[in-house]
Amino acid sequence: MPKILTLGLKDLTLAFRDRAALILMLLAPFILTLGLGFVTGRFSGGSQSGLSEIPVVIVNADADQLGDALADIFASEDLAELIAPTTVSDIAAARQQVLADEVAAAVIIPSGFTDAVLTGSSEIVRVEVHANPARPLSAGVVQAIVEEFLSRVQSGAVAGRVTIEQLVRTGRLAPQDAPAAAEEFAQRQSAPTTGAITLRRDEAIAEAQVEFDVLAYLAPAMALMFLMYTVGRGGATLLAERNAGTLARLLASPTSAAQVLGGKVFGIFLTGATQVGILILATTLMFGVRWGDWVGVVALVLAAAAAATGWGMLLAAFAKSPAQVGSVGAALMLIFAILGGSFGPNVPLPDWVSVIARLTPNKWGIDGFAALGSGNTLIDIVPNLFALLAMGAALFAVAVFVFRRQGLVK
Amino acid sequence: MPSILEAHNLVKHYGDNQAVSGISFHIDEGEIFSLLGPNGAGKSTTINMLSTLFAPTSGEATIGGKSATQHPMAVRRLIGVVPQEIALYDDLSARENLNFWGRMYGMNGGALRQRVDEVLDQIGLKDRASERVKTYSGGMKRRVNIGAGLLHKPRLLFMDEPTVGIDPQSRRAILDMVTDLNRQGMSVLYTTHYMEEAQELSDRVGIIDRGRLIALGTQAELTRQVGEQQTLRLHVAEDQNAEALATAVRALPGVVSASATDHTVALITPSAAAVLGPVVGQANLGGFRLRSVDIEEPNLEAVFLQLTGRALRD
Repeated sequence: MPKILTLGLKDLTLAFRDRAALILMLLAPFILTLGLGFVTGRFSGGSQSGLSEIPVVIVNADADQLGDALADIFASEDLAELIAPTTVSDIAAARQQVLADEVAAAVIIPSGFTDAVLTGSSEIVRVEVHANPARPLSAGVVQAIVEEFLSRVQSGAVAGRVTIEQLVRTGRLAPQDAPAAAEEFAQRQSAPTTGAITLRRDEAIAEAQVEFDVLAYLAPAMALMFLMYTVGRGGATLLAERNAGTLARLLASPTSAAQVLGGKVFGIFLTGATQVGILILATTLMFGVRWGDWVGVVALVLAAAAAATGWGMLLAAFAKSPAQVGSVGAALMLIFAILGGSFGPNVPLPDWVSVIARLTPNKWGIDGFAALGSGNTLIDIVPNLFALLAMGAALFAVAVFVFRRQGLVK
Repeated sequence: MPSILEAHNLVKHYGDNQAVSGISFHIDEGEIFSLLGPNGAGKSTTINMLSTLFAPTSGEATIGGKSATQHPMAVRRLIGVVPQEIALYDDLSARENLNFWGRMYGMNGGALRQRVDEVLDQIGLKDRASERVKTYSGGMKRRVNIGAGLLHKPRLLFMDEPTVGIDPQSRRAILDMVTDLNRQGMSVLYTTHYMEEAQELSDRVGIIDRGRLIALGTQAELTRQVGEQQTLRLHVAEDQNAEALATAVRALPGVVSASATDHTVALITPSAAAVLGPVVGQANLGGFRLRSVDIEEPNLEAVFLQLTGRALRD
């Protein structure tokens, strides 16, 4: 058996013989998933997602084609079970309803929204979603609907402008006819209820509602949060081996430093992947969680474990003692959980924090699992896999550089 | 007899601290060679360099004709290392530990299983081989620690203070094991700060202090360095100041040197009988209460005391 494999299996065995570690690796994420499942009503026999009749207040100050189209999406029959929209004209009143926890979110469609989009105006016009922090999951659904709508509007508007410019440049459309053609294109893009945007959007949301299980979000969110504990613990074992003398003993055997380090990395990776795998299996068997495309799930588990392992090695490289890895690792676990969305999707955070969140395995992992749970497949999460593997490789490279400078044993 | 190990002028610096300062010695095939010295003398650093864990700052060592710095992997296959600390995995059983360490030496399959059984038999733990190491006594852990260094039948075994912190019975078992291994043809480099162990086990002894090898030879050769001098050991009550007593008797005629350790004062003298009366008188005069007095024939402790002016356990 190759030495790296022997070293990795040894660490896996030791991790699963450590009762305290088992509590944090398996029991804690399982119980938290269970608890959050109850909080969201997943186990109370409601809809599959656990979310239904999400109260939303809409302020349509635009009152034009696109504003009406968005408002109509929320009021559509396909979303009737999921969304319970009300309409008001006063923005302040809508915000007040969010503050009073009467609604999960307020959607503010600003005046001039349609004009700004159709004319390609440089003036920034924003559709605002005021999320209720007390209802992160429900607010996340509302925000997802708005984001999807805006994404389609944006791509439609750009496509229209490019098409008309091309027609004018090639002489197929007279420059003086361009404004009329643009108007006609916009009409087609934004036609309420029957237009391509609205119709396709309605189908997508309805499909997502049927298939998406809130536990398919919560379970990986908790698993990824505690995966950070596992890799931190794994990093700490490297320093513990240094203190206990087993690392020196390994290096006095005919085993190279690269093999020893590789074995430790493999052990951390193996333990993390096994932990998440067990949690996935348990939630599947016990709660019937639908994780989606299994090939994608396996690939995502491995990629997330690789990225997290990189963080574990980085911690070990810079820490001076196993206790330091433990305390810094615990802090990192919580920070990553908040940033990465382990405590709920789209928790309102400043933009710059959202950028930093991309440095966490949690963010890429949770997004990937949510995508798979919504019916996407391996090909759709390739960016997530790439980001996670690149993160793992980069962090590992830094850790190796530090270890080479300071030496594995002291 | 050919040498299994040759060390030439080994030096190891840690920043400004010179842990080992130019040590040279050799070990013959089939020999037990002890490095005797107090804590911090440089014994472990020397073993770490010889076991290829650290490169020496300067100097060279060859083991089985292979350079420790240029061919570390080849050297590692020839040596077994028993570190001073218990370098085992507490949550694995003795058998699992031995299996793991055997694999690290490239062993596997039936050969490994058979060898693990042999070693478990050798260290007397076959009956408790399936229990986790953390449930073992200190002495049992020490025996597994040694066993892990024997699996691949090394030609040269490094044992770094293998009896530290264990009961007399376990110490006896370990010393017997070392003798037995040597009888089977294994060469041993044994470090200790217990003079009795070095005296009992060693064919030759190197006395090391503050990173320097201050004496080297067979026990007879070393004790000849102190001539016919004897050691007079005075044991004082626990509330007495042994250092003050050493100072009080150091200037007496016939006393070559005097040093204090804990509640004992060791005197080097050509004739213990001749100085006993004056020493006891001086102690009474100073108000020191003596509990007992021992007279010892020339030994390695006396050699160390004479060479350094300090006791081995200072």
